Amino acid sequence: MTRSYDFRALALTIVILIVALGAWELSTNTEILPGAGEMTEYERLMGGGSQNAGVPAPSAVMQKAWEELSDPFHNTGANDKGIGIQIAYSLMRVLTGYALAAIIALPVGFLIGMSPLMFRALDPFIQVLRPISPLAWMPLALFIIQDSEASSIFVIFICSIWPMLLNTAFGVASVRKDWVNVARTHELGPVKTAFQVILPAAAPTIVTGMRISIGIAWLVIVAAEMLVGGTGIGYYVWNEWNNLDLTSVIFSILMIGVVGMALDAAFGRLQRAVTYTE
Amino acid sequence: MKSLGNPYDGDVDLRHGLACNCSDCADDAGHRMKAVSARDQRTRMSTDDMLDRAVESAIVRSMFGHNELSRRSFAKMLGGTTLAAALASVLPIDKVKAAILDEIGTPEKTDLSVGFVPITCATPIIMAEPLGFYQRYGLNVEVVKTAGWAVARDKSLNGEYDASHMLTPMPLAITLGAGSTATPFLMPAVENINGQAIVLHNDHRDKHEDVSTWRGLTFGVPFEYSMHNFLLRYYVAEAGLDPDRDIQIRVVPPPEMVANLRAGNIDGFLSPDPFNQRAVWEEIGFIHILTKDIWEGHPCCAFACSQAFAETYPNTYGNLLKAIIDATQYASDSANRSEIAEAIAPTNYLNQPVPVIEQVLTGRFADGLGNVRDEPNRIDFDPFPWHSMGVWILTQMKRWGYIEGDIDYAAVAEQVYLAADCGKVMADLGLEVPAETYKSHVIMGKTFDPAEPEAYVESFAIRRT
Repeated sequence: MTRSYDFRALALTIVILIVALGAWELSTNTEILPGAGEMTEYERLMGGGSQNAGVPAPSAVMQKAWEELSDPFHNTGANDKGIGIQIAYSLMRVLTGYALAAIIALPVGFLIGMSPLMFRALDPFIQVLRPISPLAWMPLALFIIQDSEASSIFVIFICSIWPMLLNTAFGVASVRKDWVNVARTHELGPVKTAFQVILPAAAPTIVTGMRISIGIAWLVIVAAEMLVGGTGIGYYVWNEWNNLDLTSVIFSILMIGVVGMALDAAFGRLQRAVTYTE
Repeated sequence: MKSLGNPYDGDVDLRHGLACNCSDCADDAGHRMKAVSARDQRTRMSTDDMLDRAVESAIVRSMFGHNELSRRSFAKMLGGTTLAAALASVLPIDKVKAAILDEIGTPEKTDLSVGFVPITCATPIIMAEPLGFYQRYGLNVEVVKTAGWAVARDKSLNGEYDASHMLTPMPLAITLGAGSTATPFLMPAVENINGQAIVLHNDHRDKHEDVSTWRGLTFGVPFEYSMHNFLLRYYVAEAGLDPDRDIQIRVVPPPEMVANLRAGNIDGFLSPDPFNQRAVWEEIGFIHILTKDIWEGHPCCAFACSQAFAETYPNTYGNLLKAIIDATQYASDSANRSEIAEAIAPTNYLNQPVPVIEQVLTGRFADGLGNVRDEPNRIDFDPFPWHSMGVWILTQMKRWGYIEGDIDYAAVAEQVYLAADCGKVMADLGLEVPAETYKSHVIMGKTFDPAEPEAYVESFAIRRT
């Protein structure tokens, strides 16, 4: 039953993909251009209409993808690196900023989850800082940190901290009181209680927060790199936009999607590992 | 690239003309392929060989007045070796090579990072890397593409860039603390003169003839402290429009201009090339006026660094400046323009179609209105930072309220625009140095006297003072 259900879903996905790509391909049919010999000088200087930006056909995007992916690590100077290198730069920034956020958000979240007083005290700060767009921090970060690399890591840090913090606090606060009481009757110390009772109980909620954070961080790094430039997948998109090369832009958008999906899937796996049934 | 081909070989074409119809030039992809393979070839030559080759090539080509046909037929007739020997007998090539290399001491720091915004104004700064001008002066420079002027400013202020491509008003503004914290900046060389244009959307063809019909339109300029902004303001004000009230001026980074124009977000822009030509190439807009027709020979972009950099590494600064001025001079020769267009078009640099860059650099271009125009001065390259140009920029900053209060125009211009440094290097390179650093400029028929800046500001009917 489930097997045939899976199979039918997969078949349907493939059909939708083929129909969508087919419609896209047909809607972008390119006209045949006159040969170079028949053009006047003016037409030739205007490019003979060959560059007229329309949405490229999926076949053009696939061809572009093949070119880029067959040599993902080429490095021909500071401003021309392969897609693999660019994604590696972006991932490195995301993971650094994210790790820093986790180092702060998890303990602080734990603290405010355990202590209603601390929660009330810190809540106004969190409420004001949380809705600020990460990119709004960029000019200030560039000015104060004086380093574009560190600034983009800071932007990742500031955007990934809130979901982790709030989910940790919420998860810790809603651990069933019975379990904490049981720990107390067993005379477990506060540290042991935290690690052996509260942490496993709150783990699913905490990992959910971490999963939301990594998703946001990956969204934000693209915009941050477009702003600062230099390296990374966001810079790659900006550079192709600079050339108004829509085929490359679509290809890089797909790559961003694929990497984001992989990050999410990794945390989904972690989430399943810590889930429990009562 | 081509300057590194063997100049004594009659079968080698050292440059590609606009109408070159070899199979490689038939399409854009071929051009890029060629650029890539030339780059590969270049990496196999040692730096010294490359340098020697570049110097030899320049000498040989200048011997033939940059006429490829006569050089090639001559080389074929005599054979490469005989030609080389014949030239060496009349010209001490080894001495010429050596003379270019000495003068300033050894650089204290050889690995440098120089920022640029991907526009043709940065041509000398960019081409100095692929064409080997930095290596010629013992520098290992990495030119780094920058997303916009604010980022170029911030990366220069925080030391990520040793030096950078800037707009001529920027070092003045940074030094005065307008739009940033006041930090002493130096501008020892101008990059290009002219090289911008006003482009309007095709929907506004009816407004081409009469600027006073522009009321209500929205324009993009790349940065507040830019010649683009000041020239656009000047131009519309001469037509009786107040740039702050009758039109809207928005800051849009150069690469985003064309996309915004297409989307109808802006009605036109005064922007650096290649984006003016790109708008025509994409059949979105037309060139209303080249800025050279507003002010022939106006400064545009510059090479700038912090005073701290120049003081900490004087020899590095000297060599870098020499490389830049040398490259600027090379770029000013129209015979080299096609070769340069090919060298700076790849992804690593401007990332633009070669034909677009070529139209900008050679000045033979389609204007989007159905005409092919021939304007060899569309963009030109001249390193000398006239103090009078600095004073003019300051008068416009005062005129539009970017700076307030009393200002010693000449003192600021002389502190930032290092005409003396530029002049010394130009003399070293055997170039003619202007005797004065002030001259009067004629802008849209009105003469600007740099000795009377305050009176000049007051002479305009539309102003914020």
